[in-house]
Amino acid sequence: MDDIVRNDTKPAAGTGQSLVLTPLQDLGGFLFHHLGRLLLFLITCSSVLLVLLIFFFVIREAIPFLTKFSLTEFLTTKSWYPEAATPKFGALSLIVGSLYVTIAALVFAVPTGILAAIFLSDIVLLKIRDFIKPVIEILAAIPSVAYGFFAVLVLAPWMQNKWGFTTGTNALNASIILSIMALPTIISVAEDSISAVGRELREASYGLGATRFETIFKVIIPAAHSGIIAAIVLGMMRAIGETMVVWMASGNANQIPSPWWDLSQSVRTMTATIAGDMGETPKDSPHYWSLFAIGVVLLVMTFLLNIISEYFLASAKRKTGKS
Amino acid sequence: MKRIIVCGLIMLGLVLATKLIAAENQTLQIDGSTTVGPIADAFAEAFKSNYPDLEITVKKTGSGDGAAALIDGRCDVATMSRFMKDKEFKAAVDKGVFPVAHVVAMDGVCIVVHPSNPVTQLSTAAIRDIYKGNITNWKEVGGSDLPIVVISRDNSSGTYETFHELVMNKEEMGSKVEYVNSNPQAHARVKTTIGAIGYVGIGFLDANVKALKVDGIMPSRQTIATGQYPVARPLFMFTNGYPKLGSMTYKFCTFYLTETGQEIIEAKGFIPVTNY
Repeated sequence: MDDIVRNDTKPAAGTGQSLVLTPLQDLGGFLFHHLGRLLLFLITCSSVLLVLLIFFFVIREAIPFLTKFSLTEFLTTKSWYPEAATPKFGALSLIVGSLYVTIAALVFAVPTGILAAIFLSDIVLLKIRDFIKPVIEILAAIPSVAYGFFAVLVLAPWMQNKWGFTTGTNALNASIILSIMALPTIISVAEDSISAVGRELREASYGLGATRFETIFKVIIPAAHSGIIAAIVLGMMRAIGETMVVWMASGNANQIPSPWWDLSQSVRTMTATIAGDMGETPKDSPHYWSLFAIGVVLLVMTFLLNIISEYFLASAKRKTGKS
Repeated sequence: MKRIIVCGLIMLGLVLATKLIAAENQTLQIDGSTTVGPIADAFAEAFKSNYPDLEITVKKTGSGDGAAALIDGRCDVATMSRFMKDKEFKAAVDKGVFPVAHVVAMDGVCIVVHPSNPVTQLSTAAIRDIYKGNITNWKEVGGSDLPIVVISRDNSSGTYETFHELVMNKEEMGSKVEYVNSNPQAHARVKTTIGAIGYVGIGFLDANVKALKVDGIMPSRQTIATGQYPVARPLFMFTNGYPKLGSMTYKFCTFYLTETGQEIIEAKGFIPVTNY
């Protein structure tokens, strides 16, 4: 832009003003241009800064805990009695609880989500797809506390009466709800990457005599796999970070189910522990620090998941050649 | 530009003026328990309409913080769900603060089960064993052969504190215990779960859940107010010395004696100490 203005010496049409800038105007323009860039840069930086600050504060509040208590005990024992006379901080069952509900939620959500994405991108009529997609996205807009109420008041009694579960608020309940909440993310990211697989691949496949089924499962899904993996990881992040629903639906019993596959037992997640305990914990007490230590574990987990999803999203973009 | 400066000056003037006026107003600082907090909040609300010039702030940071604030002179009234500890009392006297306790209400926690449960009473020890995970089936306490689903409030709630202190003797609960984050939710879980046991404030009792006799005594307003029911405790407001008669602090700490005060206490699910 600057180059054009400086090189054009003709008077502007109808104004009589010269297009040649006075030194002051030139300086002003220069400053405006660069200050504007600087301002936008700073605004953009502020969100990066916020992330760094969050990391900094969470870790800073967790450090006293790590210096005063044993990290191995924190990560490997499962008695969590932070307010006892001799407090015990064993977060193992909380970490396992988070993984339980997250993985179980993915078991429900991934097949459903990917099949729905394929249906939307390759099978259904465009008109119907344009109707279904917004409806799915509404799922993401429902407040999580509303899901929680559904879990406690509808799903929990139903599980007890129909399936004979001893308790209705359990790992299964929480993971069913979480899978519903993760679905919109998984469907929309997976659908994007499946649609991004070029028409030429599909046509070549059909041209070779492949059926639609073969085309979908042997050509399109392998071609879109990075995007689909990214979708799964994003769904997983959604599930592991969710608080309100697991707080209401999982029962919050501080235990690892035994036998390990028994999802009908209550579990307690890291997020629910932080949310539930934070209210009454005095600042700068071991209990307070321990909650931040859980926060660090959670941050590290989501951070790793984020890096994985970024990697696969980037490789999905490279493959399809689109930005 | 000029206009902006003028506007700024006017605003500054206004702010200073309101500050000066505010300084002439009376203030009342209340700090302490999250259990007594709702009562203090509602009292403050009532005071605001009666004394529009009064500025009341109610903080709910926990009984311990309330005591600390009273000792440091940071509040006029400390709300507490327990009596002051020896240490706190000593610290107060050392600083020339003489805590006086006003019992404003009684807090009772009812042990509830599903209405279909044949069990009608439990001893405190049996309830403790259930919550510790030593008793896991209703048949061990005279009920049908049904696993017990143990439901507790989360440990940041005042109800939990009462239960933890009076039933559990501050012993830790077992790992099977499920935690819920409100009285209505505890009520809903017990109402819908046949084998459940839970505890709620007396305000949440209705026909959908069955309250148990504890050590042979049925929870009721009468038994809680008279102190017969074992899972009950007084709720306190502490002041530095007995407040000057007629002062705002005095009015606040004796508000529980008025009809409005008693209505508020009942509306918040507590029992007035005035046995009318």
